[in-house]
Amino acid sequence: MIVPFDIIILIFLVITAVISLRVRDLLSATMILGVYSFLICLLWAEMGAVDVAFTEAAVGAGVSTVFMIATIYHTRRRSSD
Amino acid sequence: MEFLKTSVIPHFNYWVYVILMMIGLHAMITKNNLIKKLVGMTIFQTAIILFYVSIGVKSGSTIPILEHHHDDHAEVAAADAHHGEPAESDHDSDAVNPDHFANPLPHVLMLTAIVVGVSTLGVALAVSQSIFKDFGSLEEDEILEKIKQGGAAIDD
Repeated sequence: MIVPFDIIILIFLVITAVISLRVRDLLSATMILGVYSFLICLLWAEMGAVDVAFTEAAVGAGVSTVFMIATIYHTRRRSSD
Repeated sequence: MEFLKTSVIPHFNYWVYVILMMIGLHAMITKNNLIKKLVGMTIFQTAIILFYVSIGVKSGSTIPILEHHHDDHAEVAAADAHHGEPAESDHDSDAVNPDHFANPLPHVLMLTAIVVGVSTLGVALAVSQSIFKDFGSLEEDEILEKIKQGGAAIDD
């Protein structure tokens, strides 16, 4: 575990989480959630959990982003909050 | 400042875990849009996974993979050859020290949690699409208004 790297990623993690919840365009929110997933994947590789890291990169960042984009395509893109 | 040095920096993972969990919980409770609630749920789940993976971290450890995999059968045969002698004494040098590796047990448990999280997200998104088809909206207040108007008479 590399402590400065750890602290920087964790700060960016909180920032991306807040932005993805504040943004009103749902497609932008999904994209920023993908950034969040890749950051947390980086965090796990850095903490020594490589198996969790590549599962997160494939499943968390890839598949769930695709699911959410498909749902937004079939519903509405604007959000009230 | 002293508080920062003694409790925040050494346990920064746990502080961020609590912050992320509260962000996700707050989003799930207060957001009006159903997709935004699901974004909050995803953040909540990853916060819990962050807590469990942080338990397995040791300072100065590496990833839990053995680099030099030696032949186990040869070792068992050698131990059989010196029957009755304590087996630990002669291969102390190539014994694996668990202090050098991160604890893999929480990692394996969280692997399951990630997959379950994606499947719950998929089911929730499918239900959201079904709600949109029935009520024409993903906003919680509009859906409740339509239910109150007897909008259960859906155009199906």
